[in-house]
Amino acid sequence: MTQPGIYWLQQILNALQLGSIYALIALGYSMVYGILTMINFAHGDVFMVGAFLCFLAATVLKLPFVLTLLLTMSAAAGLGVLIERLAYKPLRHAPRVSAIITALGVGLFLENLTLAFYPYPQHVPPLLHNVTWRLGGVAFSSLQLIVISLSLTLMLVLDYVVRRTSVGVAMRAISWDKTFVPLMGVPVNLIISITFAIGAGLAGAAGTMYSLAYPVIDPYMGIMVGWKAFIAAVVGGIGTIRGAVIGAFILGGVEIMVVALLPSTYRDLVVFSLLLTLIVIRPHGILGAPRVQKV
Amino acid sequence: MIAAIKKHWNRTLDARWTLPAGLAVGMVLAFAIPHFGLLNNYVQLVLIYVGINIILATSLNLVNGYMGEFSLAHAGFMAVGAYSSALLTMKVLPVAAYPALFHLAILAGGLITALLGLLVALPSFKVRGDYLAIVTLAFLMIVKSALENIDAIGGPRGISGIPRLTTLPWVFCWTTALVWLIRNFVYSCYGRGVLAIREDEIASELMSVNTRRVKVLAFMLSAFCAGIAGALFAHLLQFISPRVFDVVKTTEILIMVYLGGIASIGGSILGATLYTVMLELLRPSTVAGLLSWLPAVVFDPLDHYFIRHLGVLRMIIMPLALVLVMLFWPRGILGLREFRGFIPQRDRRSHGTAPLRRTNTHAAADSL
Amino acid sequence: MKKQLSVFLNLLVVSAAIALVGCGARAPKEAAIKIGVIVELTGDMPAVGASSRHAAELAVAAVNHAGGVTVAGKRYRIDLVLEDNAAKPDQSAAVANKLITQDEVIAIVGPNASLGAIPAAEIAEANHTLLITPWSTNPKTTMNTASGAPKRYVFRACFTDPFEGRVLAGFITGQLKARRAAVLYDVASEAPKSQAELFRQTFEKLGGSVVAFETYTTGDRDFSAQLTKIQSANPDVIFLPAYYNDVGLIAQQARRQGLNQTLIGSDAWSSPELVKLAQGSVEGAYFANHYAADIATPTAREFIAAYQQKYGKTPDDVAALTYDAMGLLFQALKTAVAPEREAVRNGMAAITGYPGVTGDIRFAPGSGDPVKSAVIMQVKSGQFAWVTNAVP
Repeated sequence: MTQPGIYWLQQILNALQLGSIYALIALGYSMVYGILTMINFAHGDVFMVGAFLCFLAATVLKLPFVLTLLLTMSAAAGLGVLIERLAYKPLRHAPRVSAIITALGVGLFLENLTLAFYPYPQHVPPLLHNVTWRLGGVAFSSLQLIVISLSLTLMLVLDYVVRRTSVGVAMRAISWDKTFVPLMGVPVNLIISITFAIGAGLAGAAGTMYSLAYPVIDPYMGIMVGWKAFIAAVVGGIGTIRGAVIGAFILGGVEIMVVALLPSTYRDLVVFSLLLTLIVIRPHGILGAPRVQKV
Repeated sequence: MIAAIKKHWNRTLDARWTLPAGLAVGMVLAFAIPHFGLLNNYVQLVLIYVGINIILATSLNLVNGYMGEFSLAHAGFMAVGAYSSALLTMKVLPVAAYPALFHLAILAGGLITALLGLLVALPSFKVRGDYLAIVTLAFLMIVKSALENIDAIGGPRGISGIPRLTTLPWVFCWTTALVWLIRNFVYSCYGRGVLAIREDEIASELMSVNTRRVKVLAFMLSAFCAGIAGALFAHLLQFISPRVFDVVKTTEILIMVYLGGIASIGGSILGATLYTVMLELLRPSTVAGLLSWLPAVVFDPLDHYFIRHLGVLRMIIMPLALVLVMLFWPRGILGLREFRGFIPQRDRRSHGTAPLRRTNTHAAADSL
Repeated sequence: MKKQLSVFLNLLVVSAAIALVGCGARAPKEAAIKIGVIVELTGDMPAVGASSRHAAELAVAAVNHAGGVTVAGKRYRIDLVLEDNAAKPDQSAAVANKLITQDEVIAIVGPNASLGAIPAAEIAEANHTLLITPWSTNPKTTMNTASGAPKRYVFRACFTDPFEGRVLAGFITGQLKARRAAVLYDVASEAPKSQAELFRQTFEKLGGSVVAFETYTTGDRDFSAQLTKIQSANPDVIFLPAYYNDVGLIAQQARRQGLNQTLIGSDAWSSPELVKLAQGSVEGAYFANHYAADIATPTAREFIAAYQQKYGKTPDDVAALTYDAMGLLFQALKTAVAPEREAVRNGMAAITGYPGVTGDIRFAPGSGDPVKSAVIMQVKSGQFAWVTNAVP
């Protein structure tokens, strides 16, 4: 019997790992929402395509880890921009719901296209050598630590980009007011494309890291992860980057802790009830600001 | 020439006998087809699916289109209706002796689901937009998880052996009744309240629209109809399980609504019909049959490379078609417009079927 | 208005389409018998559908190559009508209906997952058409829930869940002498859940104790919380009645966390993809299977070789069972008095000892469930090795 302290430490590590992967995906949702007030439901499937790209890079091209990560991130970013240009840009002045349904359609398209090529689940070969250390009964796997630290690094880089660079300033400006910002000489279309590229790139990175941590991939893996990351982004306050990260870690934490404390069959029931309560108590999410409504 | 046809068409629709005559014809057909076997079983089944999907799409359109919310809970409502009515017909009511009790079970299922709709309406007082989407999604997940965990009603195995009581005439009756109910609701003062909430909730509150009551009624009506659709579904397939009522099912209903057109009953009917029929038409043997008149030189490579793989290609073509439709008709094919026959006489001139001018109406609907 | 007209035209087109569909396809008038196959090509188990489809096509190609099937003295070619049910019950029902009434098939093979098999079975029974499911292990598929009696027209090629749970529990207590077992299963999937429960019942009846009974939901990837709980309960063995793609993840995470107990699996493990996905983490694990490739009969070896040559992969249990289902159907056709549905059904019920890929199959009188034995296998050096047989 492991001691209770050790047991909880292990569960906390599990929660951190799950949370950091949700966070990378939730960031994409939040960024796109912040700038376009649009829920990009195809995001979860971009994540899935990222995982398959990682698989291809590792098995066909036989690239090492760093190159695979870079390749996957750039290819996913390219895919994100492509989707934006083809499916979302024409609908920028249409009601928001049509963009949402288009996003759902694009997501379905990506899922079934991947399915046509890979109906069988695939195994991603380990790109990083995994070392398990045991410290007083707790098993630390180097993989877990790498996933957590890499995700945190990417989040910090993103935070820096959004707060300090001119691109980031432009992104924040556009999310505040889309009508007047172009008059200030900001290339709106370019910034929007860059936002999608960054969001999709992060999803691609999440896909790579996910395949490292959970090496079995299939075309439908993006659905539940996508919806959960969306929930995380909303719980944290959709549109804010810090909110997305906080929401993701909360969701990951709650999921793991509920299983740790209660019989695991009740996990979904309890997690979603808690989320429901949270939203009702704080209708705009944790860090979200209510939009001022003029009557 | 076209103008003359149009004028004649409009005059027919405005006449008082059109609706009863149309319904009578439909009723006769609905009874005759199964009785005389005018269409084979498969086509009858597809027609029943179309009917059930029409109920689902129209009821979701009430909340998503007319009221401007983004509700994802519809599959959950369907599940509750399906399960409660199935349990009633299997365990409580003696349907074998009195088949008419089936309708009692359907009604009961709908009413129980309406209570759930009340529960979903409560958070909507405080929460709007994407946040309400999460709340409704959470409801759906909770319902699904609860059904999986309660072993007394089958758990993940579901319920099988439900008596097959759904038939084409009954589906026709229920579909017509519920569409009529929703249409009357939409053109009543509550319906105007619903539209007002969509346009500007605070302003409508100030103009003495009881937003809470209207929201509760809209959600309850929507849930009631979805529950009935679920009940009909359960007694058609004779087997239900929690896996059937998941996010994917909600997504399908959403697609039907937004494809056909938001805030339009005719649109929901169109969307539901198109989606269901296209899904069935795009099957390898059906397409092969339809194209069999082509010369072998054209048909054989077509068959080898395309038709044979339609099983998988179908699910690539459908979303692509959806995206294309959205790009051309962003509000759906009949979005914000209405089939003239559904609009009551007094509204015909003001509502019209012309594209609405870009007034405030559009602006608010665009911010959905 | 233009839109009115377009709506009207749309409806016209739609009804015309329905009418056309209703007229039905003109079948070529040759001596051919049509068999309907329902598989899950899209939806959440495309791997199952792909395997089943491959095996069905292989079986039909083999039979046609050998000159077709002789029914009542006349030779017939076999035509396959393959349809997708997207792993959904409503599509299963629609497709079953279509195959029976529109395509006029003589019998149906499939669907595989019980979710689709049960509604399709109801339709087949109502229309007096033979349906044989290769892979559905839910007892309800072949049973008439109202009367409790077996259905007349529905058969299956595999053994049922209750049998498997008992077999494995017996093996663990008997041969492995384990007293404490932990179970981890998918709560949203009915085959693993019923296997888990039956295992628990049998194991406890045989004197063991189930120290942990954990669950996850379909699609979950992270089992760290459940595995940590299992670890703290300190079992002797861990029972994982999961599909092989889940096993890959669970086993790897378990080993990573330091759980080194023996793993026990169900027949859903028996895909060659298992070792590819799980790598070394399932080494030494035991599981139940329908047949053992290393002591395979000549029939099985032939099938494995042909499948490997045509599709480049070793067949999994779904493929083997589908091949047997097709074989059973061909046998039923051969002994039928006429190429008609009722005759084929009688032919199927009369089968006593068909030498299939998955063993000798015969149907108990009046039942659609086959009498088959299971084998217990072990993963040794990345290969499946036979350990022992388990008879019902």
